[in-house]
Amino acid sequence: MSSFLSLTDRDRDEMLAEIGVSSIDELFRDIPQGVRFARDLDVPPALTEVELQRHMEGLAAKNVVDEICFLGAGIYDHYVPAVVDAVLQRGEFLTAYTPYQPEMSQGVLQAIFEYQTAICELTGMDVSNASGYDGAVVAADACFVAKHATGKSKIVVTEATNPQVRQVVKTYAPGFGLEVVEVSHEDGATDPDRVREAAEGAAAVIFQHPNFFGVLENAPELAAAANGVDAMPIAHVDLVSLGVLEAPGAYGCAMAIGEGQSAGNAMSYGGPHFGFLASRTDFMRRLPGRIVGETVDATGERGYVLTLQTREQHIRREKATSNITTNQTLLALAGLVHLSLLGPQGLRELGETCMALTQYAKDKLTGAGLELLFPERATFKEFAVRTGRNAREALKDARAQGVYAGYPLGRDYAGMDDALLVAVTEKRTTDEIDRLVEVLS
Amino acid sequence: MKLIYEKSQPGRRGSGIPKPAGLEAPEVPEELRRKEPPRLPEMAEPEVLRHFTELSTRNFGIDTGFYPLGSCTMKYNPRINERLVGLPGFANLHPLVDDDAAQGALELEWNLQAILLEVTGLDAVSLQPAAGSQGELTGLMLFHAYFRDRGEDEQRRKVVIPDTAHGTNPASVTMAGYEVTHVKTDPRGNIDVDDLRTKVDEHTAGLMLTNPSTLGLFDENIEEIERIFHGAGALMYYDGANLNAVCGISRPGDMGFDIVHINLHKTFSQPHGGGGPGGGPIAVRDMLAPFLPVPVVVQDGEKYRLEYDRPKSIGKVRAFSGPFGVFVRSYAFMRAYGPGLKEMSEVAVLNANYLRARLQGAYDLPYERLCMHEFVLSARNLKRDFGVTALDVAKRLMDYGFHPPTIYFPLVVPEALMIEPTESEAKETLDAFCEAMLAIAREAAEEPEVVHEAPHSRPVKRLDEVRAAKQPVVRYQFEEHPEEQGAGSRQLEAQKGA
Amino acid sequence: MAASESYPDDLLYHPEHDWARIDGDEAVFGLSWFAQDALGELVHYEPPDVGASVTKDSSYGEVESVKAVSDLIAPLSGEVLEVNGKVVDAPETVNEDPYGDGWLIRVRLTSPDEKSELLNLEAYRKVLDEA
Repeated sequence: MSSFLSLTDRDRDEMLAEIGVSSIDELFRDIPQGVRFARDLDVPPALTEVELQRHMEGLAAKNVVDEICFLGAGIYDHYVPAVVDAVLQRGEFLTAYTPYQPEMSQGVLQAIFEYQTAICELTGMDVSNASGYDGAVVAADACFVAKHATGKSKIVVTEATNPQVRQVVKTYAPGFGLEVVEVSHEDGATDPDRVREAAEGAAAVIFQHPNFFGVLENAPELAAAANGVDAMPIAHVDLVSLGVLEAPGAYGCAMAIGEGQSAGNAMSYGGPHFGFLASRTDFMRRLPGRIVGETVDATGERGYVLTLQTREQHIRREKATSNITTNQTLLALAGLVHLSLLGPQGLRELGETCMALTQYAKDKLTGAGLELLFPERATFKEFAVRTGRNAREALKDARAQGVYAGYPLGRDYAGMDDALLVAVTEKRTTDEIDRLVEVLS
Repeated sequence: MKLIYEKSQPGRRGSGIPKPAGLEAPEVPEELRRKEPPRLPEMAEPEVLRHFTELSTRNFGIDTGFYPLGSCTMKYNPRINERLVGLPGFANLHPLVDDDAAQGALELEWNLQAILLEVTGLDAVSLQPAAGSQGELTGLMLFHAYFRDRGEDEQRRKVVIPDTAHGTNPASVTMAGYEVTHVKTDPRGNIDVDDLRTKVDEHTAGLMLTNPSTLGLFDENIEEIERIFHGAGALMYYDGANLNAVCGISRPGDMGFDIVHINLHKTFSQPHGGGGPGGGPIAVRDMLAPFLPVPVVVQDGEKYRLEYDRPKSIGKVRAFSGPFGVFVRSYAFMRAYGPGLKEMSEVAVLNANYLRARLQGAYDLPYERLCMHEFVLSARNLKRDFGVTALDVAKRLMDYGFHPPTIYFPLVVPEALMIEPTESEAKETLDAFCEAMLAIAREAAEEPEVVHEAPHSRPVKRLDEVRAAKQPVVRYQFEEHPEEQGAGSRQLEAQKGA
Repeated sequence: MAASESYPDDLLYHPEHDWARIDGDEAVFGLSWFAQDALGELVHYEPPDVGASVTKDSSYGEVESVKAVSDLIAPLSGEVLEVNGKVVDAPETVNEDPYGDGWLIRVRLTSPDEKSELLNLEAYRKVLDEA
């Protein structure tokens, strides 16, 4: 018997007698014979814990994680403090479900309320949901909000927005009855005039800032261009940048969204992570997903509940604002713990260190004779460099010397076959950057 | 207790950031520079840890006790899986590395897919969807893609859903651009096949069904249902929320379903995390495979790779190949059971029937049949006789140390109490839960006010949800925020109770 | 304070538990006691825009309690002249006074003849008995 099961043979006999059947098999008599599965499952044999550990270590060892990581493109090698792990391993958080019963769930509910507050503070918005699936899906969620808030069905996305985000938006669009229009970049940044033109008659404009190339967009002008034609400006931002970069709410955005992995979450081959989604008060009743609100109990004591639930699928069914049941609580909690450890000062310093090291990398690479793809543009923690040959080949050679040098932009953008997108987090050292320069030049 | 923002003191910090010697950050252009710093908490590391530890003591998880929340499959989450997901070879792997650097991850995904195919009886898998609801939406996108390919997409606009369905089903149908056709439940808790026959025709794209249903009942007419849908050229979608009842016992593919989503956080033990993460892979029949999201994991001889060039693919529903950490835990869980997954389902069904047998009588049982892994009671007898509702029963269970069942769902049962014990529980626990439920039924008759006012032992009493909805306070408001009232004594009590 | 059960006999009722009080070519719409009781304390009212047209038997807005949401069904067709701002600000007004301060919209009727299809009190009571 599995070590996860408690029932002894005697337990089973007593229970079957109480039920009034003679065998376990009889419990399944309502399943028609024609759809009963007649043989044993053909799956590998059961493993004990020690065998399982060995098997999984074997698989993990086949992955290559010892190269110096300059790969970003949406997921970043930031440091995760040990306190984050300690909190996430609390069984009361790890093994709880959605807080439908608030008296059993004040811990999770208050944590989500604190998370919502942190997201609002960082983005300059009034209301945040309890998190979404990831940075790409929240963009699709935001489109749904925009469509219903404006009654319009065109969505403008800048081409300098992460390709994964754009692909997800385009996959969701037909079901939502949306048409997606892309605005190309010019030398790595988006021209507000082009946005204004494209946004005529649009529900929303989604732009990433810093954009996929790491470039600082002229975000206030992009937002103004959208607002000028009554399209909702939606900024896709990096939490780690918001200690040094202005909050989207301060420059007129209607919503702010993004991938939260940078705060408190390991890269983990792409997930699970969390997406964040925040808006101005006007859109509160249209937001998808869970929202936690503060209230009082029968004795006047403060407490927290899931609120505005009539937006949600379990009440509104086919008229709901989305089909989401779960959010990504545990990963959002990781983000909250990390942000709480950082505080405003730490978050600003984190941004500054990323920027300083990125500048160092750009200077060293250009000093060694390499060209930047967009030399005139200010960047945050990522930039594109020309390798002087096919970037995939350059990457291969760099990896042979122990450096994962970046992301070949030719995978997503025509005419960029020679360019690598290089990410530099606070975990990189100047020695490691020197090594990058060495292997690329 | 205080919010973390109320514990903040200017000048404190909980982590240091490396400052490379001699390097300065370049100036951020004036118009892009942050003007007001975000008011994040300012606390030293020990106080941050204590804050979240204290919060955790105000929460209940499977590790704390019995959690019979129907439809959610709150089973034991093996601790080894947390250690495994943290292995550096998994945790530190970037999702965009070349495939040769991710051979272990891809092999794991491939192996996981193979087990899912065996359990569901289907032909191809996409691991990408982030949760069951996203699996549903992806499945409906496959409906569109399949019928578009056959030139029938314009014609087939309707998706049939029984009145017992999870709310996600109709919500997904709308988001996918389909219309909902509702079908009734018959007196035995099966789909009303006569009602169904009148509603399925050449305009039907398909069915979404949970089997066993949210009533915990296996649909005895499933073969007839299959004939009706496939006979009309429509597809069948299986909501895998209740797969824990039938692993190794009956396979959705053999029942006739063409698309299945699997809730890895239910059947395969990804911890629920207070409401996520989940995992909602979908398994499909061959004819739907070309439309699956990209990338798809493929095996080339000894090697594995991610394939993006799939011209008929619907695209991407989530970034990268899916929530990989969830795959690690679920795969480990499956390997720990092996073919014993069948015994897992058998015990889940045995536990549910045992509770049903012991509790029927004290509570109404609307469908008198053997149940599968869960069952639905009704507290309508207590409401009628003593004014005690399902909500009251749920709150009173907390005082006995149990998480309440799901209440007021499915909608077809008034005062519903939906109970799912899972396979994880010992008979002693099941007995203690029955004793509590029976005691509450007695209390309802003898001292109903104790039940009405429950819970009495939690950190808070019943909360004013009307106030929360009417004047939504959805973030801390700093200076303008109302102060906490009379906290101290209650917290102490709660800790003693915990 | 929730109102106690009553059904005035000067109103016409719709089987979906909406009422109309007709005054010349105008009418006021609201929810019956039964409907507000079934929903529980209202927390939100999503009214139509003034000037919008409403169609008999179709939804013209929504009301929400904490755990339920309900379409408002127009008993008659017309053009919206006024929305009750008091209910927008304090939705519980409907629970307190469903036939008075808790009215929802005032309309100019576009098909006054439709009123022959509505229920008088006696007929509405039969609907209630079956509910």
